[in-house]
Amino acid sequence: MTIFGVPTQALFGQLLIGLINGSFYALLSLGLSVIFGLLNIINFTHGAQYMTGAFVAYFLLQWAGLGYWWALLIAPVVVGITGMVLERTTLKRLYQLDHLYGLLLTFGFALIIQGLFRHEYGSSGLPYAMPGALAGGRNLGFMFLPNYRAWVIVFSLAVCLTTWYVIERTRLGSYLRAATENPTLVQAFGINVPRMITLTYGFGVGLAALAGVLAAPIYQVNPLMGADLIIVVFAVVVIGGLGSIMGSIVTGFGLGVVEGFTKVFYPEASNTVIFVIMAIVLLVRPTGLFGRAS
Amino acid sequence: MTATTDQYVGAAVPVVTGVSIAQVIAFLMMTIALVAAPFFVYPIFLMKALCFALFACAFNLLIGYVGLLSFGHAVFLGSAGYGAAHSAKVWGFPPELAILFGTAVAAALGVVIGALAIRSKGIYFANITLAFAQMVYFFSVQAAFTGGEDGIQSVPRGTLLGVLDLRETLTLYFVVLAIFLLGFLLIYRAIHSPFGQILKAVRENEPRAISLGYRAEHYKLLAFVLSATFAGLAGATKALVFQLASLTDVHWTMSGEVVLMTLLGGLGTVFGPVVGAFIVVTLENYLAQLGAWVTVVQGVIFVVCVLTFRRGVIGEVGNLLRKSL
Repeated sequence: MTIFGVPTQALFGQLLIGLINGSFYALLSLGLSVIFGLLNIINFTHGAQYMTGAFVAYFLLQWAGLGYWWALLIAPVVVGITGMVLERTTLKRLYQLDHLYGLLLTFGFALIIQGLFRHEYGSSGLPYAMPGALAGGRNLGFMFLPNYRAWVIVFSLAVCLTTWYVIERTRLGSYLRAATENPTLVQAFGINVPRMITLTYGFGVGLAALAGVLAAPIYQVNPLMGADLIIVVFAVVVIGGLGSIMGSIVTGFGLGVVEGFTKVFYPEASNTVIFVIMAIVLLVRPTGLFGRAS
Repeated sequence: MTATTDQYVGAAVPVVTGVSIAQVIAFLMMTIALVAAPFFVYPIFLMKALCFALFACAFNLLIGYVGLLSFGHAVFLGSAGYGAAHSAKVWGFPPELAILFGTAVAAALGVVIGALAIRSKGIYFANITLAFAQMVYFFSVQAAFTGGEDGIQSVPRGTLLGVLDLRETLTLYFVVLAIFLLGFLLIYRAIHSPFGQILKAVRENEPRAISLGYRAEHYKLLAFVLSATFAGLAGATKALVFQLASLTDVHWTMSGEVVLMTLLGGLGTVFGPVVGAFIVVTLENYLAQLGAWVTVVQGVIFVVCVLTFRRGVIGEVGNLLRKSL
């Protein structure tokens, strides 16, 4: 069977890969968006923190014998806490300055973290075994669906939607949104805004680490796994509109799928298609698809 | 608007207009040092530093005087390198035309990317320039004429204007020095012209500049294209010096490096980018054997500069001497 002259097998295969990539784009851009909303900085360390998440999973297995499911729980917490320490000790001192200094600082941290891991583990990947419960796959008739990949898509979608719900529909989320609009006023109401900022940064970073753990069995655990990915995610964030929660989720998954289909129909452009879309979006809507005019 | 001096990136040092005696003295000292240097220091190393110094000066034009942080400036360095290398090697252009062609390629890319990026500012601008740079990088990986991972190798240096044989290292050095000084002075001239004044006005308060009748977007675009052009001049020259145009020069790490040089030397200072480039190139030279530690050291410099040393080397010196350098 073929669609537009392409075998359905290939088409659905790329759709699956697109959804997998989209899951990572969505989780990472969601974290970036949450952080940007409150801190007004673009967290350049995000890619390094994603990589650190995967490494924490690897260490847990190697040193403590704790498998994938524990890693899924522990890695985001550990990386989130290091993120909060980073925010408390350094980022906090820059809030009064131009936000570009925050970008430069987090860029510096990304270089340090990636350099240290590369020094220790080289540039080649370390294998990380798939959890036993999710090995294998099922035949859907039109394509073969590996269980682990289905899990990644469903789980990251669930995490994204939960985050959206918490931010847009709960009391805690309303504090957060209010602090994004006007931190001084929210503080005057007796809410500890600096602590909220720290926790938000920790949460955003934790999402990156969670994506790292999810990625570990698919891609190998590699010191540079986040370095190039994060630039694509920056483009995703620009397309979706900085600071928009739903925008990040929708554009994340959507662009993953578009990228996957580009691989089928015009493979030469698969690396650049997201950037081309970004250029077009910027021409038509400079604030991004879901962004509000600043 | 009353603001502490280092509230904006690039406003770390208030820019005094007009040529000051201190700047003339500093310029003469720099020129004398650079004329004498090849007799004491390995010339290829110096030429590398000079190319990066010009690159950083071009970058500084944008961040220091317009307040726009481009995170994709490697595009202009790299594409000009490819342009110069390809035209010299495949089309047999003489070096002067190869450099001009490479620079023109960068300028053209500057017009396209600038027109799209200039509509945004701050973090958006940084993100967008970075994304475009990555697009050009992927294009360079795939395109046939760039030679992919191998790059364009053994580019002929040729004879400049049919007179100066650039295979002579010392001749080449003085040609590179002349290009650097020319670029440096032109950038200096641009900053200290009425055009430069308008750029600063746009940086400080864009709505007010617009209300005074200045078309801010045009000035910003012009500054972007100028910056791209001089970055291209540096890249084209670099390609001839090393007889190589490669992916390294288009990669985002290179964009990060030029930010580092400028930040370390002093954002918005005239001589800062030159000093920063020499420090970073020297450091990399010594640390080259240590592999990944280079990245770590660069990261540490970033962190230290941003947290404690936002004026940069020349900014601090200028502050001590109470002079704008």
